[in-house]
Amino acid sequence: MSDIADRVKKIVVEHLGVDEEKVSENASFIDDLGADSLDTVELVMAFEEEFGIEIPDDAAETIQTFGDAVGFISKAS
Amino acid sequence: MFDLRGKSALITGASGGIGAEIARTLHGAGATVGLSGTRTDPLEALAGELGDRAHVLPCNLSDPEAVDTLPKQATEAMGSVDILVNNAGITRDNLFMRMSDEEWQSVINVNLTSTFKLCKGVMRGMMKARWGRIVNISSVVGATGNPGQANYAASKAGMVGMSKSLAYEVASRGITVNAIAPGFIATAMTDKLTDDQKSGIMGQIPAGRMGEAHEIAAATLYLASPEAAYVTGTTLHVNGGMAML
Repeated sequence: MSDIADRVKKIVVEHLGVDEEKVSENASFIDDLGADSLDTVELVMAFEEEFGIEIPDDAAETIQTFGDAVGFISKAS
Repeated sequence: MFDLRGKSALITGASGGIGAEIARTLHGAGATVGLSGTRTDPLEALAGELGDRAHVLPCNLSDPEAVDTLPKQATEAMGSVDILVNNAGITRDNLFMRMSDEEWQSVINVNLTSTFKLCKGVMRGMMKARWGRIVNISSVVGATGNPGQANYAASKAGMVGMSKSLAYEVASRGITVNAIAPGFIATAMTDKLTDDQKSGIMGQIPAGRMGEAHEIAAATLYLASPEAAYVTGTTLHVNGGMAML
């Protein structure tokens, strides 16, 4: 697994308090990992800080799953 | 009780009568204060009076770019913004039928839109800190209406609805959002009223007097305090009984 995926997974596990095994490629933050809508805003904030990137609001809306996040950040950073 | 040591508070309209008193009171409770306003001289004078833990942050709230940068400037100066008091407000009174679009829009921009933008600007820090206090200074006329003040009353009622909505969204993060609705408060603005106007106003106030700026500041201190953690989305009416809501 790439370095980016590891760092994203660490943030998700810490923020949502879920088991690492549950954070799979297609795991939806809201449907599978128990996030509420504000959690997804906070996750995006945490990704921005961890990777030193800006994630605009319209892009943030497309980040629904763990895989989406890793994909977006890989392209952006 | 009401110890704000270690907290940083940004206060808009701190050059005015109520804003300056809010700044003094929060500072007196131990907070570091960021004094914002359009006129630099009174802000400098207030900062000089307060001494340590006071920062002057001039900002014209009718300038959208200046509003966007104020939270960043405040965070740079104070390290964080734990408490935001949206106190700044303007009036452009006119009869509804004569009110121009410009009179309407300028009041909405300064009173309501800048409040929205400043709340948004400080929210990231408060969410990370899992602690925050927002106190929006509304007005009794936002609840009762007032002839000649359709724009002002709309902006002040808008602040209340906005505060409640935001309060819902961020309550789980330890952030409270409340409003204070002052009645008639003795300030430079009310000094200009004639004796006839004043006695007319007194007749509507069961307490039989105007309020004092420090009475608004005391309400602000309470809502900004750790003790008020379970109070959110409310409007505290401080009006001598003139409207019992």
